[in-house]
Amino acid sequence: MKPAPFAFLRPSTLEEALAALAGEQGAKVLAGGQSLVPLLSMRLAAPSMLVDINAVPDLGHIDIDEAGVRIGALARHAEVLASAEAAETQPLLAMALSHVAHPTIRNRGTTVGSLVHADAAAEMPMVLRLLEGSVDVASVRGRRTIPAAELFAGPLESTLAHDEIAVEAFFPALAAGAGVAFEEIARRHGDYALVGVAALVQLDGDEITGARLGFVSVSDIPTVVDVTEAVNDRADPAAAALAELEPADDIHASAEYRAHLVKVLTTRVLAAAIDHARSRARKVTT
Amino acid sequence: MTTKLFGTKVARVEDQRFLRGQGRYVDDLLHDDPRLLHSAVLRSPHAHARITDIDVSDVLDLDGVLAVWTYDDLTGPMAEPLPLLIPHPTLTHGRTQYALAKDEVNYVGEAIAFVVAVDRYVAEDAVSRIRVDYDYLEPVVGIDAARAAQRLVHDDVPGNVGARMEQENGDARAAIADAPHTLTLDLDIERSACTPMEGRGTVARWDPDTSRLTVWSSTQTSTGVRGCVAAKLGLDLARVDVITPDVGGGFGVKINHPWPEELLVPLAAMTLGRPVKFTEDRREHFISSAHERAQQHHVEVGFDDDGRLLGLNVEFWHDHGAYTPYGLIVPIITSTQLLGPYKPLNYRVVFESLYTNTVMVTPYRGAGRPQGCFVMERTMDAIAAYLGKDRTEVRSTNFIQPDEFPYEHGLVFQDGRELTYDSGDYPASLAKLKELVGWDEFEQFRAEMAAQGRRVGIGLACYVEGTGVGPYEGAHVHIETSGKVKVATGLTTQGQGHQTAFAQIVADTLGVRFEDVEITTGDTRKMPYAVGTFASRAAVMSGSAIHLASLRAKEKALRIAAEALEADESDLEIVDGVVSVRGTDASPGTRIDLGTVAVLSNPLRYAFDEASKAATQFSVGDPGRPPVAEDDEPGLEGKDFYSPQRSTFANGMHAVIVETDPDTAEITILKYAVVHDCGHLINPMIVEGQIHGGVAQGVGGALYERMVYDESGQLLNASFMDFLMPYVTEVPTTIDIDHLETPSPLNPLGIKGAGEAGVIPSAAVFAAAIEDAEGFPITAMPISPSELYALRLAHADDPAEAAEAATTTAG
Repeated sequence: MKPAPFAFLRPSTLEEALAALAGEQGAKVLAGGQSLVPLLSMRLAAPSMLVDINAVPDLGHIDIDEAGVRIGALARHAEVLASAEAAETQPLLAMALSHVAHPTIRNRGTTVGSLVHADAAAEMPMVLRLLEGSVDVASVRGRRTIPAAELFAGPLESTLAHDEIAVEAFFPALAAGAGVAFEEIARRHGDYALVGVAALVQLDGDEITGARLGFVSVSDIPTVVDVTEAVNDRADPAAAALAELEPADDIHASAEYRAHLVKVLTTRVLAAAIDHARSRARKVTT
Repeated sequence: MTTKLFGTKVARVEDQRFLRGQGRYVDDLLHDDPRLLHSAVLRSPHAHARITDIDVSDVLDLDGVLAVWTYDDLTGPMAEPLPLLIPHPTLTHGRTQYALAKDEVNYVGEAIAFVVAVDRYVAEDAVSRIRVDYDYLEPVVGIDAARAAQRLVHDDVPGNVGARMEQENGDARAAIADAPHTLTLDLDIERSACTPMEGRGTVARWDPDTSRLTVWSSTQTSTGVRGCVAAKLGLDLARVDVITPDVGGGFGVKINHPWPEELLVPLAAMTLGRPVKFTEDRREHFISSAHERAQQHHVEVGFDDDGRLLGLNVEFWHDHGAYTPYGLIVPIITSTQLLGPYKPLNYRVVFESLYTNTVMVTPYRGAGRPQGCFVMERTMDAIAAYLGKDRTEVRSTNFIQPDEFPYEHGLVFQDGRELTYDSGDYPASLAKLKELVGWDEFEQFRAEMAAQGRRVGIGLACYVEGTGVGPYEGAHVHIETSGKVKVATGLTTQGQGHQTAFAQIVADTLGVRFEDVEITTGDTRKMPYAVGTFASRAAVMSGSAIHLASLRAKEKALRIAAEALEADESDLEIVDGVVSVRGTDASPGTRIDLGTVAVLSNPLRYAFDEASKAATQFSVGDPGRPPVAEDDEPGLEGKDFYSPQRSTFANGMHAVIVETDPDTAEITILKYAVVHDCGHLINPMIVEGQIHGGVAQGVGGALYERMVYDESGQLLNASFMDFLMPYVTEVPTTIDIDHLETPSPLNPLGIKGAGEAGVIPSAAVFAAAIEDAEGFPITAMPISPSELYALRLAHADDPAEAAEAATTTAG
């Protein structure tokens, strides 16, 4: 379990890092390394060069304003999770992050890294999609913003070009009248979820004007389903969602069981998100 | 009087070192030696294939590579198959692998080539450059395929059957035919593995100046490794030292030996004239060490209205993987130990041990007992359900009673000796367990939980464990002139707290301070005669040997002290390392410390310090007699061996209360209770630690862990990401433990083994509790929420059909 040989570069500026990436087709970016390093060790990945961005300044920020939470490429999961302000602005961040692996992994792993790793079994890519956030990427060619809906190309595949570095993620603030909830079932605490479901609901008084669900581990790419209609028609939101999901068998659970958990968790998180929205509304009024 | 340490919760002295990261494991050794070389192994990617060509020509060009071995490079005994360690008359078709594969491979992970390089990175680079051509053969994966025998693992083993063994006491089939009630059950257990935190590892150094080979190995038997290395490399035993440093867990897998690398590393060290290291990585551990547990069982049982076992007929099929280096120990243990604390009037057991193209099977903590316990306890529960009786009542009816010991089962145990239980009090144990878990109050609790929409169940399981198997262990006790006591025993330590427990025995027996006792284990230079640490035997075997050797040292100390003090030996006592005349005050001339006794024990010509002056020729001795008497020897030492006639049988009973989520089918442990009887306890804290660890490992085996092979023989979950060893979040936060102490009459300390106890009843007790919560039979373990959900669907779709399909059928 030792990586194949690779060149290692630890640039001290973003420009240097971008130039290195542009100049080396087989280069990979190393931030927290929680997914990349095991892949290297098992020789499942053999990049010609690692561009370690940990010495690049000004990438570790967690900036919060009314619009939402901006998370730099070097901000660790643990730091985001520890930010009371971030949790206040967008409660779903902390709800989901507490399910991301274990403290030791969260201490090193980065939220932005998790997003561009694009694992449909991971919590944060789903959260970004559900909240309709975005990722800012940079390259020698300039900077661009990729909306969450356009970030995920396929299993473990983002739409970043080879020479691009994701420098910041943006998670919109939770709107007034909105509520969120997240729940997942994993075999062991901190494992990848067998199924995870997050809900984002928007209330206008007692009326549900929006209800969207984000799913973990039941599709190839992070998937969000709008169930507003099903909720308001007193139809089955889980059935609506399952029409767009592809729960599959693996060594830990059958497709049938996963579909069942989608139903159980959908019911739970929708109720919890509505409660959350109402309790926020009460706080505002009192 | 010195405070008695035996039986007290002395804190483990080794923990400071381990918890501070100061342990020294094989991979830590020679770390700073610039001459140290590292190795890597090319392993078969196929479960079953013939090797048509191996091309290593690209390897030696690589910078930093020193050598590569394939089978063709091996000569003499190294070119022969690895030893079949435990032959048995019924193992008619035993097979073992070669150190490096010869002509064919029989499991994914089998060693094919061995590369030595300046570091492990380069060694792995080199491995990836070796090209092997294979003729792919269809593999045999799983017990069903092995039994069907449409394909063979080894061409010369018909039916894939390595062994068929049958034992019978009475006439079980006739008794079942005549019984008022009968049931049949089919019960399955899947594969798991020991997965110690530290994998295998070996370092070897050849010293050309002294022509001596030193091997450090992470093993459960240093003497076993020594014997194999010497034999395979053609060295005199006296030229080979094997040392076992700190070992990060064994749980059975490290009792198998020699592993290919345990021979290849010393071979490379001798060939290259430089020290060589092999450290197994985690993936290698999953695919090239050993697994256990997979068995299918078919049970026929006949019983009367009280649930008394009139006849029990068990057939089972044991998956031993591709090779049989450890013989039939696991299935033999299942076949004998499934009887537990019960006495069926007639018992027949027959098993077949089958080849599959998977990692070989050697004992894993419990070693066949978890399967046996599962079979017997599931049978007990089925009888209780059939008769509508309380599950504890049926068990009580079948218990061997306290006045029936020694109890002879009329079978032969794994050590070739009669299966005879030495002591126990099963009714008392059961009474304690019921109290501890709240058995009689459970229905009320169930009703309370049901009122909240929650579903709970309770289960219990009983087991008897043969511990302390022979043939022997020894100990050497040496009291230095400083008064410090150095003790060597040959078996190894892999985290059991031997330094603490053995020092307690020495301190008590000899009358010295606990702090003055230092224990060395697993070092063939200090104690070349030993067997190993497995089968819950260390405390019984080495503990007893250490006690006996301490008595010898004490006897000699008292004899010399009596002479020096001009007192009668019988008037002397040793307290805190000082020999004194019993009942006297501390006046000079009535006491002498053991260090001085040690000085006097060794007549000297030369003084090397103040203390030794007292032992020189003009200071001591009767000029009319030889300085060392004819039947005596110099030095204050004691050496002895303990070799019992047969095993001693510990026992225990576990109960668990689980909650099963009606929606998600998740299984949560609400309460876990253990009553344990290992005779006299040397250190209750260590015993409880063993139980805690065993229960945690058992939770893994029952609810999380399995080896998932696909049809082509690839292990799909060969990592800790997908092999679900429970985290601390998955094991009970508290385990209620009560002890019963029925001493063993077979050893001087009245002790029985405790190492495996915690894990034995797990599959049985969880199956019972889940069954109790859900109301349908649980016949296969482990069980995951996904599988529980599937069972719910099967039983909800058509309860009648499901009941028929269930493998518990009344006859």
